[in-house]
Amino acid sequence: MSPQLAEAFRLLPDYLGWHVLLSASALVLGVAISVPLAVAAARSPRVRWPALAGASLIQTVPALALLALFYPVLLAISALSEATLGRGFSALGFLPSLLALTLYSMLPILRNGVAGLTGIDPAIIEAADGVGMTRAQRLWRVELPLAAPVIMAGVRTAAVWTVGAATLSTPVGQTSLGNYIFAGLQTENWVFVLFGCAASATVALAADQLLGLAETGARRRRPILVAAGLGGLALGVALSLSPFAVRGQGAVYVVGAKNFSEQYILAELMAERLEATGARVTRREDLGSAVAYRALAAGEIDVYVDYSGTLWTNVLGRSDNPGREAVLSALTTELRRRDGVTVLGSLGFENAYAFAMRGERARALGITDLDGLARASPRLALGSDLEFLSRPEWRAVDGAYRFAFRSRRSYQPTFMYRALASGDADVISAFSSDGRIAAGGLVVLDDPRGAIPPYDAVVLISPRRADDARLTGALRPLIGAITVEAMREANLSVDRDRDKATPAQAARALKLVLTN
Amino acid sequence: MAETLIELAGVTRRYGARPALDDVDLSVRRGEFVALVGGSGSGKTTLLKTINGLIRPDAGIVRVAGRPVAEVDGPDLRRGIGYVFQDVGLFPHLTVAGNIAVTPRLLGWDAGRIAARVSELLELVALPAEMAGRAPAELSGGQRQRVGVARALAAEPALMLMDEPFGALDPLTRDALGDDYRALHDRLGLTTVMVTHDMGEAVLLADRLVVLASGRVVASGAPAALLAEAPTEEVRELLDAPRRQAERLRGRFGV
Ligand SMILES: Nc1ncnc2c1ncn2[C@@H]1O[C@H](COP(=O)(O)OP(=O)(O)O)[C@@H](O)[C@H]1O
Ligand SMILES: [Mg+2]
Repeated sequence: MSPQLAEAFRLLPDYLGWHVLLSASALVLGVAISVPLAVAAARSPRVRWPALAGASLIQTVPALALLALFYPVLLAISALSEATLGRGFSALGFLPSLLALTLYSMLPILRNGVAGLTGIDPAIIEAADGVGMTRAQRLWRVELPLAAPVIMAGVRTAAVWTVGAATLSTPVGQTSLGNYIFAGLQTENWVFVLFGCAASATVALAADQLLGLAETGARRRRPILVAAGLGGLALGVALSLSPFAVRGQGAVYVVGAKNFSEQYILAELMAERLEATGARVTRREDLGSAVAYRALAAGEIDVYVDYSGTLWTNVLGRSDNPGREAVLSALTTELRRRDGVTVLGSLGFENAYAFAMRGERARALGITDLDGLARASPRLALGSDLEFLSRPEWRAVDGAYRFAFRSRRSYQPTFMYRALASGDADVISAFSSDGRIAAGGLVVLDDPRGAIPPYDAVVLISPRRADDARLTGALRPLIGAITVEAMREANLSVDRDRDKATPAQAARALKLVLTN
Repeated sequence: MAETLIELAGVTRRYGARPALDDVDLSVRRGEFVALVGGSGSGKTTLLKTINGLIRPDAGIVRVAGRPVAEVDGPDLRRGIGYVFQDVGLFPHLTVAGNIAVTPRLLGWDAGRIAARVSELLELVALPAEMAGRAPAELSGGQRQRVGVARALAAEPALMLMDEPFGALDPLTRDALGDDYRALHDRLGLTTVMVTHDMGEAVLLADRLVVLASGRVVASGAPAALLAEAPTEEVRELLDAPRRQAERLRGRFGV
């Protein structure tokens, strides 16, 4: 078995358990809300129209956006509850995912429920009244049993949708089978992507078949089939959740990561050091860049790695560049004062915007720094990633060196490197810790005017863990221990096309080359 | 003279501008067997449903056992009145036994009493006992109608409202079941209001005929008396139909 596949199976109990817990909770909640709503909607056109229109409208919002939208909403509600009731709650992870998926599951149940209930022969409804049933008795003894097969068909559709959409809860910090897919897409690990898709499809198919059995039972009025279908489903859920029950107790640390290879590797590195102390660790990966810091400040993740330049501009809103040390020390005092966030220290390398050229081309043109690049720029083509040319960093550099490139083109990162290799681009905007710099024999040009802000990788710790000796003790040895070369090597092992390593494997290799 | 069980006074029910019932006065004594007759759309079904509160009149008052229907709890009232629907309306998700047991269950009878009652009723409506476990979809039209009658009788009501209860039966079974029902009516001292479009059946079974036309009661009385002094030509025609039919039959058979 390939190491990637072995790694995928190692992660399966955790990912599957969360995925099933999330989907099943959302479906149960969806049924609990939608069926009573369908009953009300079937009885009153005044409820029916807004309910169905609302549920349809939710369906038109892409599931990913729906999940993402719940984070700021919940964050605001949590802050309000903290201010008024003195208690907040986690706006990240399970709750936003659950709410979004619940909303998402409602339409098929609601639509089928209304169709099933309004489709009952009026003569039978009248007979129910005629034999002396109250409205509630009519509902429970006649209307719901007769609409049950149609409602079950809706639940079945909702189950398939929910299981599929649950993969999208990964970016809001909820572990799911989507972790395979998102991490796999970022690191071009297709084994992970396919594994995640297959696992999620298997869960969806199993749920579909078992609910199909229950639906057939309801249609043919065979209670034994209904029991078999629902019982099988309950058993499947219980089995998927069983790893959670046997899991050891102890402190739980939440390690966060943004959505690129270096972040996954560093999160694994930190997680493994914590686990070595006997602590339980959960990983919240693929966080959006803006989400990660707020989640840390809110205590929803305990630790993650960010970059000094990003914090300097995005959190503190600064545009000046007082130099590497000054930025670091200002961040350390300011983040503590503002948000109670601890900057544990720099890991020892930078992941900055960097201008890179092929080695022989740079030597042939005699270019070693950005001044040289500016002089030669009228004859050169610049390749950049999709956002660089619209970022403040580009304006700062361009302002300082006054480039006049022959052409400027934006590429997906993978194609940007190909363009440089093929000569379509002479110079590219790279990240200084990108493994492809060393692998491609590229040189990074110096920035003598200090126009590019420093991007030291720093370990950030949440306010509630500020005095946690176990956490700081486990992570402090990493401070200053990672050279840019070591990080490039680790990134490359995950990013390259052949002999791909998983982030966990890369983290283990990186651990061997720490400088202390 | 027995006390009045059902009383309608000035009952009007409109659908749009057209009245389905137009200022109807009617009283039915306890123990009486009344046949409601009249052309299609004359308001027979509507009248029957005002008695057990399935339809609320726009004007007028309906009393059952002296109490205004508008003031009593509907489900409670209907559990005490047997109703046979024109289109039967058996519950498709329940077996024959389940359908018959519906009202006794609502009344909280114990299982033994319900089971005994179900087999008693199957016998009464001449259905074999093994039909009990069948679904309504597996019955013929006539069998379904019998289950409908059994369901209405199940909770031992004192009042039966029947809307063309034997319409889908073949003539022989219809006559037999009609006679059986009349015997039951007498034995249990029931009060029955039965809608029928079969004048022969009405004349043979009922103590009194009530003739409806365009939502109004146009005649009411014992069959013989009505025939003798029919108030209008229209009523006479209606009442005379069975005799005319009998004469035509005799002509065909040459007796
Ligand atoms: N729910 C209804 N909506 C509109 N019109 C109705 C409704 N029920 C009955 N009617 C009308 O009321 C009149 C009497 O109906 P009904 O009592 O069913 O007649 P019958 O049972 O004598 O054939 C008919 O003209 C019928 O079309
Ligand atoms: Mg009718």
